[in-house]
Amino acid sequence: MSVLVFADTRGAKVPKNTFETLTYARKIAAKEGSTVTLATFGDAATDKLSALDANKVIIARSLGDADSQQLTRFVAEVAGKESAKWILFSHDDTGKAVAPRVAARLKAGEVAGATTLPNEQGLIKRNVFSGKAQAWVEVKTPVKVVSLLPNSIPVEAAQGSATVEEYSGDLGAAKVTVKATHHAGEGIPLPEAEIVVSGGRGMKGPENWGPLEELAKELHAATACSRPVADMGWRPHHEHVGQTGVAIRPNLYIAIGISGAIQHLAGVNGSKVIAVINSDAEAPFFKAADYGIVGDAQQVLPKLIEAAKKLNAER
Amino acid sequence: MKILVLISHVPDTTARIAFTNDNTTYDATGVQFIVNPYDEWYALVRGLELKEAQGGTVTTITVGGAVTEPTIRKALAIGADDAVRVDCEPKDGHDVAVQVAAFAKDKGFDLVLAGKETIDHNGSQVGPMVAELLDLPFISLATKLDVANGTATAERDVRGDVEVVECPLPLVVSCAKGMAEQRIPNMRGIMAARTKPLQVVSGTACETLSTSVKFELPPPKQAVKMIPADDAGKLIELLHTEAKVI
Ligand SMILES: Cc1cc2nc3c(=O)[nH]c(=O)nc-3n(C[C@H](O)[C@H](O)[C@H](O)COP(=O)(O)OP(=O)(O)OC[C@H]3O[C@@H](n4cnc5c(N)ncnc54)[C@H](O)[C@@H]3O)c2cc1C
Repeated sequence: MSVLVFADTRGAKVPKNTFETLTYARKIAAKEGSTVTLATFGDAATDKLSALDANKVIIARSLGDADSQQLTRFVAEVAGKESAKWILFSHDDTGKAVAPRVAARLKAGEVAGATTLPNEQGLIKRNVFSGKAQAWVEVKTPVKVVSLLPNSIPVEAAQGSATVEEYSGDLGAAKVTVKATHHAGEGIPLPEAEIVVSGGRGMKGPENWGPLEELAKELHAATACSRPVADMGWRPHHEHVGQTGVAIRPNLYIAIGISGAIQHLAGVNGSKVIAVINSDAEAPFFKAADYGIVGDAQQVLPKLIEAAKKLNAER
Repeated sequence: MKILVLISHVPDTTARIAFTNDNTTYDATGVQFIVNPYDEWYALVRGLELKEAQGGTVTTITVGGAVTEPTIRKALAIGADDAVRVDCEPKDGHDVAVQVAAFAKDKGFDLVLAGKETIDHNGSQVGPMVAELLDLPFISLATKLDVANGTATAERDVRGDVEVVECPLPLVVSCAKGMAEQRIPNMRGIMAARTKPLQVVSGTACETLSTSVKFELPPPKQAVKMIPADDAGKLIELLHTEAKVI
């Protein structure tokens, strides 16, 4: 019996959410007295894989830009071989496409976007109504599929000494093929960011984003925006957060010139700490904030940048 | 091109979120329901644009009771040709996918479009599950979609990069922001929607794989700590020493 983790290990650095999923797996394995197997694909070096906190790594090297059908066949087959009772994913781009497919293929119940480990009754929590409520989910099947919402549990994964096995089965050809990848920019990708600095219509125009970007840089933060800001073309669409954009849950969300409409809050209310800068003391966002400043964005921003620079110089 | 668009019936984005029966059931009393925005703004509108440019049909499918019919009529008013309602109360995302797949399986749809998630359950599950049940390829979280010569080309935002992918039809696509602009139905559309075909089919048996047994609301926020604007730098200090997030 084992806990199976699926993760993408391609690229220079193993992303943080892989360590989160491995931590989750370790905790379940410890409770159930089982081992952790990691299923992955691509060209990662063997020593990089064996350093991960798993007992065994199974890698399908024949898969490069694999599509969700190939990955589903792969994970389902490994799950069968390893008699996995738990199949864990990160609720990221790949996990969102593969976890539900694996669940449907194996007729296993799925918790999509889990935010907790199972409690004593085996129930797992997830966000519903765009973060305005949470649900405790019971999975009724013996095999359970969970995709873990990034930034939900602290990483505890240790240095591992996993055995690495090469998978050699036939997974068929990819039907979805990647034709090109355009690098969108130098900044930190929004869904992975621990700190996010976000601007709304109160920023008054795209020409005023310089200081906001500078603050983000000083704080190692990603930048985001409200929906009208993306709709007016002041900022790219992928920065739009909220109910109809990206949902994020960073450790810190700094909202500048954003009123705090319910649809905006829905995408950011999972943030651990929220700081709001708005010229209107009555702006609804202050009710959802931990820290607030009533003031003009363009006057407050330079003060924040200066303080951030000072802090960076001190540490 | 035969296009199927999944339409979910969800509480309005401003609806009050509350629960009854000892926090086991969503309290829909007095709540206005809408077409799930991702299904409407992105999946449905892009489906219509593709049909208008290349010919074909756009059919919508909704799994739910008769209460969902006004929502379905809204999708027809925006421009879908016909609609299907699978008459059952789905137990989980898997159940929805099973119902959709059971209907779609022998209908020869070239393209099945879903929103990236619903704004009530937020599972992102139904699209990929339908793809699996129909043994079709799946493109997730597409922000652009085009079809030419039997091949779909899509763009996706992946970890801050933009990926361009290709896939032969038929396939399932989940649609995110960027794909299309919202369309407001006009009077003619609303009138026409009243008489467009809305076929009701009965659901197939489906084992319940998971259930939401209890809901809870987040604890109320502590009062906000205000910092005077002329001492704004203090915010950074507090975020470092007190909140410990930077
Ligand atoms: C179905 C639906 C879905 C939606 N989804 C989303 C979503 O996903 N994300 C989203 O963001 N919105 C969404 N919206 C829109 C949402 O309702 C609000 O309209 C939007 O969030 C407002 O954006 P804003 O705060 O930037 O602008 P505004 O509401 O115009 O607020 C601007 C704020 O800036 C302040 N301000 C003005 N000047 C200054 C200054 N000099 N310095 C500092 N502050 C200043 C003002 O006091 C005001 O509070 C959705 C709406 C609907 C109907």
